[in-house]
Amino acid sequence: MSRNGPLALIFHTVFVIVMVAPILVVCLVAFTPEGFLSLPTNGFSLRWFRTIANYPEFIHAFWVSLGLGALSSLVALLFAVPAALAIARYRFRGRDALAALFLSPLMIPHVVLGIAFLRFFTSAGLGGTFAALIVAHVIIVFPFALRLTLAAATGMDRTVEMAAVSLGAGGWTLFRRVTLPLILPGVISGWALAFIQSFDDLTMTVFLAAPGTETLPVRMFLYIQDNIDPLVTSVSACVIAITMTALILLDRIYGLDRVLAGKGDTGR
Amino acid sequence: MSMAAEERSLRAPWVLTVPALMLFVGVLLIPLAMTVMLSFHDWGQYKGIEPVFILKNWHEIATDPYYAEMFWRTFRIAILTTLLTAVLGAPEAYILNRMSGRWKSFFLLVILGPLLISVVARTLGWALLFGGNNGLVNKLLMSLGVMRSPIPFMFTETGMIIALAHVMMPFMVLSVWAALQRLDPQIENAAMSLGAGPATIIRRIIMPQILPGVLSGAIIVFSLSASAFATPAIIGGRRLKVAATLAYDEFLNTLNWPLGAAVATLLLVALVLIVVGSNALIERRYAEVFR
Repeated sequence: MSRNGPLALIFHTVFVIVMVAPILVVCLVAFTPEGFLSLPTNGFSLRWFRTIANYPEFIHAFWVSLGLGALSSLVALLFAVPAALAIARYRFRGRDALAALFLSPLMIPHVVLGIAFLRFFTSAGLGGTFAALIVAHVIIVFPFALRLTLAAATGMDRTVEMAAVSLGAGGWTLFRRVTLPLILPGVISGWALAFIQSFDDLTMTVFLAAPGTETLPVRMFLYIQDNIDPLVTSVSACVIAITMTALILLDRIYGLDRVLAGKGDTGR
Repeated sequence: MSMAAEERSLRAPWVLTVPALMLFVGVLLIPLAMTVMLSFHDWGQYKGIEPVFILKNWHEIATDPYYAEMFWRTFRIAILTTLLTAVLGAPEAYILNRMSGRWKSFFLLVILGPLLISVVARTLGWALLFGGNNGLVNKLLMSLGVMRSPIPFMFTETGMIIALAHVMMPFMVLSVWAALQRLDPQIENAAMSLGAGPATIIRRIIMPQILPGVLSGAIIVFSLSASAFATPAIIGGRRLKVAATLAYDEFLNTLNWPLGAAVATLLLVALVLIVVGSNALIERRYAEVFR
């Protein structure tokens, strides 16, 4: 195969710079020693990171996001793992329709989901509660949990299971001791990707969160609506750092290309 | 297979999927149906929501030119964002694919990684880069001699499209990348050995084969851009409204939920029709590629 020409490499360089620039500028401005938005031209300072401590609402929102992401991804897996096993192994009537339904939250705009859940939970008397947020997030992260578990269950070597069955294992033991360990990398990656999706969601959550249950993206968004100052860049820099860590872990465990390969693929 | 085992294998898939099915019916389909119904309810400043069946909200959306303008703006921004990602993302995916192993996976990580980084943080980055008349982008463009006087990016459609294209770019690169993986490099070599130049190879060999990838990427980018909230809200400010930010306003500021529900329902129906329609078109046109 032929190599890229100089023109292609220039295009590539500019492309990568533009892709990275907005993320980089947030991280740089976060280190400014000044009291206003500026690039740190004379020395780096951690003052804006220390300032976060004076804003308990950001710290509280961080814990809400963390708990919400961890719990909703876990609950989503409790529903997704059995469903993935059924879809991967059996040919039954309604199988395609079920798979389409389970992946449908990818196709429904999050703003519509936010409105639907706001209406639903308000009439159920659960408006603005943490429980409502959990249920809503379970729905939006479900496709990601399902898809990675499905990929692992489809690619699994079933002879090991048959050997276990022939040795007398069955039901729960078979699942816990044989099936689950075999699909575990897919399940963990599904959890991680689901967590990131939940942690990052703004559009749906902004409809559901009330003071006290605001997630970090919601808190950041509401703050930016009023004014943009170095404080919100230092909070963003922390979020970026956390996501990067998760990303690198995910890449090591499972391979990022495999995690993302099916991600944007709607409907098929 | 014995009778009992056969019965189990018929029942097993349902036992395994019923919990998830109930979850989806209970807290996805019912709330969506409630939203559609809400759009037919009445609303007044003092009386609040009245559960009657009227077409007031739909009539208002159909007749008030404000909504036509807003939906047209929403779809115009989505179309231009899609074009921008296709024009830049497709060549980039092709260049990436020609790189050697280690560089390839490094740059793939750099380009796809932002997909998982908070949309609020990424849009904040653009707000910082645009920032008023002496923002970095304007300074750079002027020092390069691209233009004489600064152009406004904040609170404009131009700025929204640039920031949205950045947010959506990974989806396009990913989609074209997937199409390139199915491509046999030998075809390119065969064309070369038969005397085709690089331009001909790209136009006659590469383009037709990655087109399905570009189109399916375009569908994803279009539907996500048309319903985007964070980027239009932060870059567009309070006045430049798109469908998602308008629905947000109706729900959380004006409190006219029925009207907001009508806007959301219309957005959902329009997007589902566009996505399903163009998917069907693409799959029929390129049936052999998807087989």
